Amino acid sequence: MHRHFEDELRALKERLVHMGALAERMIAEAVCALVERSSASIDSVMAAELEVNDLHVETDERVVELLALQHPVAADLRLLVMASKISNDLERIGDQAVNVCESTRFLLESPAIKPLIEFPVMAQTVQRMVRDSLDAFVRSDVPLAHSVLDTDDTVDAYKNQVFRELLTYMMGDPRTIQRSLSLILISRNLERIGDHATNIAEEVIYLVQGRDVRHHFEQRKRAANG
Amino acid sequence: MNTSAAVSARTSKLAAERLSAYYGGFQALREVTMSLREQSITAIIGPSGCGKSTLLRSFNRMNDDVRGFCAEGRILLDGEDILRRRDLTSLRKRVGMVFQRPNPFPLSVYENVAYGPRIHGLARGSELDAIVERSLRATGMWAEVRDRLGASALSLSGEAQQRLCISRLLAVAPEVLLMDEPCSALDPIATMRIEELMQDLKARYTIVIVTHNMQQATRCSDECGFMWLGELVEFAPTTEMFTRPKNPRTEGYVTGRFG
Repeated sequence: MHRHFEDELRALKERLVHMGALAERMIAEAVCALVERSSASIDSVMAAELEVNDLHVETDERVVELLALQHPVAADLRLLVMASKISNDLERIGDQAVNVCESTRFLLESPAIKPLIEFPVMAQTVQRMVRDSLDAFVRSDVPLAHSVLDTDDTVDAYKNQVFRELLTYMMGDPRTIQRSLSLILISRNLERIGDHATNIAEEVIYLVQGRDVRHHFEQRKRAANG
Repeated sequence: MNTSAAVSARTSKLAAERLSAYYGGFQALREVTMSLREQSITAIIGPSGCGKSTLLRSFNRMNDDVRGFCAEGRILLDGEDILRRRDLTSLRKRVGMVFQRPNPFPLSVYENVAYGPRIHGLARGSELDAIVERSLRATGMWAEVRDRLGASALSLSGEAQQRLCISRLLAVAPEVLLMDEPCSALDPIATMRIEELMQDLKARYTIVIVTHNMQQATRCSDECGFMWLGELVEFAPTTEMFTRPKNPRTEGYVTGRFG
């Protein structure tokens, strides 16, 4: 019976890794459509989203069943609760990739307003964050999880840079406003993907160490207790 | 060993300090140090033979009757070292024990509860009636037995017998309740009711429970000690013990991968 539980936990982890790989591919394909000005990969993103959604629901079902039947504690309990949260973050990442595709569809109807230099870099950065957060999950690698947390600032900086630049376009030529806003939304989507990867990294740290690093909660509590 | 800051010496009712115990040549406890807080429930868990019952029974010197038993270190009840104590009757009045199997005397319900106060000379006549009623009310069985106080205790169900044994303890106004697998002979519903009773009693007593049932420890204890081969491996608030144990051996035991 216990070996059975171990097998279930392993299957759950594998499912998350598979979801992560899909989410990563969705980001790459969405940004490829934008940068290459080709809608070819958009259908593939939409198909992957359906798969990610199914995996999301199946993961939660499995987690609830295992909580009910196995009464896990300690590391097992942390793994199950975090698996549910990680799957939630991955599903949201998939949604953001779909949002990128929707804005891209609109942008492909008109000529480009500027060369897209930051977007591929930004996409690669958040893709890397997603991959690293899942590698950290698989290998229980806390330093790697911390490196994901540190990268989040870089992504925020890209987003602000894109916003400032597009502001000058919009002020210079009001006909670019709609397209500029779409690009700003896309940078915002990518930045949100970075936030979800950050959540996963925080979840991994809790999973491995039992420490909750979100919102500096522990430090504030310690400080409050003197 | 990890001692949480929550287990402060200030509220300590009962404490073991470097307590070692031997049955002849066999060492059953190895320098156990733990502090039990007033108005809280402490669970002691661990595999069979880890020393948890020996520890529990040391708290009211029940092991003294075992041939070849000896103990070293200190056990402090309100600061007094009870290992140096001569008068065990008054110790056991303050520190009472509930056993695995209910063990009512083959007497009436009333006489079971009245027995302790009477031999300790605590009350007579109507005062005694009042103690019996109060003790039976405290365990939630007064309504059930008020009309058959003269019935034999042995005619009660297992759960009612266990409640009666707890009532019998409460009648002598103890301070600490030691419970050795108090639910292991009961069905799940009766177990739940006894656990609820423990929560009710916690406001007035210091409770220590030894249990094989880890879920019971998680449900009813505030602090938890994990013992292994006579050693107290970890002692921490129960929520910590079952969400993020510090010692790998504790982790292995509570997740069922060891022991």
